[in-house]
Amino acid sequence: MSNMRISPAPHIQGKQNTRSLMRDVIIALMPALAVSICFFGWGTIIVTLTAILSCVLCEWLIQKFLLKEEPSIKDLSAIVTGLILAFNLPSNLSPLLVVLGSVVAIGVGKMTFGGLGNNPFNPALVGRVFMLISFPVQMTTWPKPTGFFTSIDAVTGATPLAIMKEGLANGMTVQEITAANPDSFSYIQMLFGQIGGSLGEISTLALLIGFGYLLFRKVITWHIPITIFATIFVFAGLLHLADSAHFVDPLFHLLTGGIMLGAIYMATDYVTSPMTKKGMVIFGIGIGVVTIIIRAFGGYPEGISFAILFMNAFVPLINRHMKPKRFGEVKKNG
Amino acid sequence: MIKTFKRGGVHPPENKISAQVAIEVFNTQDTVRIFTSQHLGVPAEPVVTKGDTVKVGQLIAKSSGFISANVHSSVSGTVTSIEAIADHMGFKKTAICIKIEGDEWEESIDRSPDIIREIKHTPEEIIQKITDAGVVGLGGATFPTNVKLSIPPGKKAEALIVNGAECEPYLTSDHRLMLEAGEQILIGMEIIRQALKIDKTYIGIETNKMDAINHLKSFTQWIKHIEIVPLKPRYPQGGEKQLIKAVTGKEVPINGLPIDTGYVVCNVGTVYSVYEAVQKNKPLIDNTVTITGKKLKTQKNYLVRVGTPMSQLIESVGGIPEGTGKIVSGGPMMGKPIANIDGPTLKGSSSILFMTEEESSRGDSSNCIRCAKCVGVCPMGLEPYLLLRLAERKMNDQLEANFVHNCIECGCCLYTCPARLPLVDYIRLGKAEVLKIMRSRK
Amino acid sequence: MDYSIILYTVIALGSVALLLAIILYGVAQKFKVYEDPRIDIVEKILPGANCGGCGFAGCRAFAEAAVKAEDLATIFCPVGGNDCMKNVAEALGKTAAEKEPMVAVIRCSGSPAHRPRTSIYDGAQSCAVMASVYAGDTGCSFGCLGRGDCTLVCDFDAIHMNPETLLPEVIDDKCTACGACVKACPKFIIELRKKGPKNRRIFVSCINKDKGGVARKACKVVCIGCGVCKKACTFDAITIENNLAYIDFNKCKLCRKCVEVCPTNAIHELNFPPKKKVEEIAPAKEPVSNA
Repeated sequence: MSNMRISPAPHIQGKQNTRSLMRDVIIALMPALAVSICFFGWGTIIVTLTAILSCVLCEWLIQKFLLKEEPSIKDLSAIVTGLILAFNLPSNLSPLLVVLGSVVAIGVGKMTFGGLGNNPFNPALVGRVFMLISFPVQMTTWPKPTGFFTSIDAVTGATPLAIMKEGLANGMTVQEITAANPDSFSYIQMLFGQIGGSLGEISTLALLIGFGYLLFRKVITWHIPITIFATIFVFAGLLHLADSAHFVDPLFHLLTGGIMLGAIYMATDYVTSPMTKKGMVIFGIGIGVVTIIIRAFGGYPEGISFAILFMNAFVPLINRHMKPKRFGEVKKNG
Repeated sequence: MIKTFKRGGVHPPENKISAQVAIEVFNTQDTVRIFTSQHLGVPAEPVVTKGDTVKVGQLIAKSSGFISANVHSSVSGTVTSIEAIADHMGFKKTAICIKIEGDEWEESIDRSPDIIREIKHTPEEIIQKITDAGVVGLGGATFPTNVKLSIPPGKKAEALIVNGAECEPYLTSDHRLMLEAGEQILIGMEIIRQALKIDKTYIGIETNKMDAINHLKSFTQWIKHIEIVPLKPRYPQGGEKQLIKAVTGKEVPINGLPIDTGYVVCNVGTVYSVYEAVQKNKPLIDNTVTITGKKLKTQKNYLVRVGTPMSQLIESVGGIPEGTGKIVSGGPMMGKPIANIDGPTLKGSSSILFMTEEESSRGDSSNCIRCAKCVGVCPMGLEPYLLLRLAERKMNDQLEANFVHNCIECGCCLYTCPARLPLVDYIRLGKAEVLKIMRSRK
Repeated sequence: MDYSIILYTVIALGSVALLLAIILYGVAQKFKVYEDPRIDIVEKILPGANCGGCGFAGCRAFAEAAVKAEDLATIFCPVGGNDCMKNVAEALGKTAAEKEPMVAVIRCSGSPAHRPRTSIYDGAQSCAVMASVYAGDTGCSFGCLGRGDCTLVCDFDAIHMNPETLLPEVIDDKCTACGACVKACPKFIIELRKKGPKNRRIFVSCINKDKGGVARKACKVVCIGCGVCKKACTFDAITIENNLAYIDFNKCKLCRKCVEVCPTNAIHELNFPPKKKVEEIAPAKEPVSNA
C-alpha cells in the first residue's frame, strides 16, 4: 500500500493542460506563418525565429536569475508570445529591434506582473505597441508581398489601411482612393494574403483556418472573435451606409489589417480576457467599437492593438460584474 | 431529442469495463465489521453487546435521532467486540465486529426468489418498513431514505425521479441491477409512488445503457405511471439537481432541496432496497459493488454483505494489479480514495476501483492561466478559479457572496483545469466553512 | 501675454477649493462620531501586529475593548506580553493580569525516519484539505501532516517547515504565542506552553492516543502511555489519559527525570545545557526578560 496515491476526488484528469493548449495555439498559427513565408521569404523566417528565441531566452533568464524560481518555459507560453509578436512586426524589421520588442513584451508585459497568468495586458501587444510608438517609421514600412525568392531587398509599400487613411486625410473619397490603387484593394488578394502588412496578419484565410482548428480543439470559444467581427461589421456598416464617400465598407475592415489576427489570437488570450461568456461578449463589442473609432476617426490607420489593450484594462471590472447565471438563481420580482 | 442538463458538465471516458459481468454473490469469510454510522447524520446506537449471537438481518444498532438509520447484522454469528476501528480512509469509527458462524437468517425475511408484485401496505406502513430496514440512499450521500420520503409539512411531492444515470465512469453496479432486477426496481418505484401519494414517476437512464432502457420498457405492466427518460451521457447527470433539470427542465433554487420543486430523487439501488424492505422484509444488509480497473484481469459485480473487509474483495480478483497508482471507493469523479484496504464495506459502497499509475496522477499544478474552462464546465454556474483564491485566503464573506454553498463538489473544475489547480479541494473546505457560518447565523 | 487668464484660473480654482472645503467641513462636523481618545492612546501602546491572537479583530478592536472593560483580567495581548499590558493598564488606570510568557510547541516528532510513509499524498498541499481526505500518510492517524498550514498563518515568521524532518519548527524568540498556528492545525498538534526560564521546557512531543502496540508500529518516537514517566515524576505533574502522557507545565519543575526514563524518547527537553549534571532549577518566579 505504501506506493498508493491518495488525493481528494476527482481522481481523473482531462487531457488538456497548459502546454497542450499553447501547442494548439502554435499549430493554429502555422498556416498564417506558411503564407507569410511564401510572400515575404527569409524576412519572415528571420524575424519569427529572432522573436521566439529572444522571448524564450528572456523569460528563462528572468526566472532563473532575477526571480530565482524554476523556469517554466516548458509550458510554451513564451513561444506563443514570441510568435504573435513576430506576426505583428514587418518582415523587414532589423533583428535588433525584434529583440528589443521581445524583451519589452516578456520583461515588461509579462514577468513584471508575476509571469504567466498574472499579466493584465497581452504581452505580445505590449511589445508591439511599444515598438509602434518608439519606432514608427520602421514599424510602418512594410515590404511588398512579392514571393519567396525575390524578397530580400524587396520594395516597400503601404498597407491598404494606410493608403486609405492617407487618401481620406488628403480629402479624397473612398471611391477615388480605390480607383487610384486598384492593386491594393482586391478582396481576393486580401483573403489569400497578397497585401502589404505585418508578417502574420496578411492572410485572412489562413488565420480563419487556424480559428477553425482552435474551435475544433476546444482551445477557445467562439464568443470573443465572433462578437468582434459582428461589432465591426455592424458599426462599420452603419458608418458606411451613412456616408459611403468617407467611410469604407465593413468587409474592407474585416479583411485588412490585424483584425483577424487580433480577434482570433490576441483578444482571446486567456490571461487577459474575461472569464464568463457574458463578459466575453462585452469585451468583444468593446474591442470592435474602439477599433473602428480609431480606424475611422483616429490618427492611426490601424486600431485593433490599441483596442485590445484598452479593453484588457477593463477585464477585472468585467469579471467583477459579469457573473455567470447561477444554477437555481431565482429572479427577483421586477 | 435526448434530454440532458444544459449548463456545464464534462464527459470523461466512460470505461464501463464491467458492464457485461453479471452480479455474483460474494461469500464473506471470517468476520465482518459493521460501522454504526453508515449514513448521513447521527450514528446508530448499538443494541447488542459482546458475546451476543446474532442472525442475518437482526437489528444490531438502533437509529438515534431524527436523521439516523438502523443498522442490521449482515451475517449470523457472535459479536466479538464493539470498538473503534479504522475505515477505508483511516478514520476511526465505532464498529460492531461479528465472527461469522453459519448463515442463519431471521425468520421474517422472505428469501425465495419469487417476485412479489402485489403491494398491500398503506403509505404509513411502507415508510415504517423502510425505516425499520435501515434503507439509506445508495447514490453516494447515504441519506436515510425514510427521512427523504417523509415530506416536511408545507411541502408537496409531485413526482419521483429515479436516478439510473450512473454518470460516473467505470461504475456498473446500477446498470447491472437494472438489467438483473429491473422488475423489482419498477415495483419499488410503484411502492414509493404509493407512499408519497403521487401520480408521476420518472426513471432517467443515460443512453450508454440502452439494454437497460429496453429491458425496463419490456415490463409493460408497470409502465403506466412510469416514464423512462433516456438521457445523453454527461457527468454530473446523476447529481440530483442536474437530474431534475435534465428530466423536467426545472431548477432547484439556491439553498433549496429537490422537494422545493416538488421532486423526490432516489437512486435505483435505493429503490431496489425499498422493494426488498417492503415486499421481502429484508433490511439493507448487502449491496452491489463493482470491482474494476483497466489493469484488472477479472472484472466483477458482486453482491456484498455490509461490513466485508475490502481486502477480501481485492484478494478474490487476484490482489492489487501491477501498475495500480490509486484505489478508489466509488467513482473516479467523486469517490473516496482507499488508504486502508482492511476497512470494511459500507451500505453506500458502490465500487472498488483500481486506477492505473498514469490515470491517477494529478500532475504538478502551475499558475492559473485564467482560461475560464472551469467557469464553462461548472454545472452550478460558479467561478471555481475565484472561489479557489478566496478559499485559500479564507475570505468567507466573499465566498458566500459568490455562492460557494451552491457547489455540488462534482469535481468538473479540477477535471478540466489545464493548470491542474486543486480547485475543488479548496472549494470544498471553503464551502464547509461557509455552511458552518450560515448555520450559526440561523 | 494676457495675464488675466492666469488670474481667472486662480480665482476660479480657488473658489471651487473653498466651496469644497466648506462642504467637507460641514459634512465632517455633521457625521462626527465621538471616540474615546484613550482608544488611540492604547492602540499606540499595542504592538500593532493585528494578528488577532488576543481574540479581537485587530489591535483597534482590542483597544476599544480594553477601554470599555471593567478590569483587564480577561484581556491580554500575547504579543506585547506583560510589559505592554502594564503600559496599557497604566494609561487606563486599571490593573493588568500578569501572565506567564508562552510559546508554541510542536507535539509531534514523527520525521520520515521515525514514521514511515504508507501512501503518497497527491492532493492540494494543505493540511486542512489532507485532513479532510484521510487520516494521514503514515500509520499514525494523529501526527503532523507536514503540509505547513501553521507556517502560512504565522504573522511573525516564527514557524517554519524543516525540509528534512517535514515537521514545523518554532523560533522561540520570534514566537509571540498569538495562537494562530494552534488554530490552523487540523490535527491539534501545536500547544501553547509556558516559555520557561531561559526558554527551558519539557513536554511530551506526541499526541498519539492509540494503544502502545499499534502506536509503536506506526512511529518510533511515539508516546505509548506506559506510565514510566509518571512514576519518575516527583512533582505529580504528569497525567496519563487515553494511552498518552501529558506534562502539566504549571507543576513541572524541569527536573528532567521523565526525559531520561522515557523508553521511546517521546519526551523532549529544550534549551537545556547538554550533558551537564542535573541542576536544581528554581521554578519560574519572575518573568523572563530575555524574550
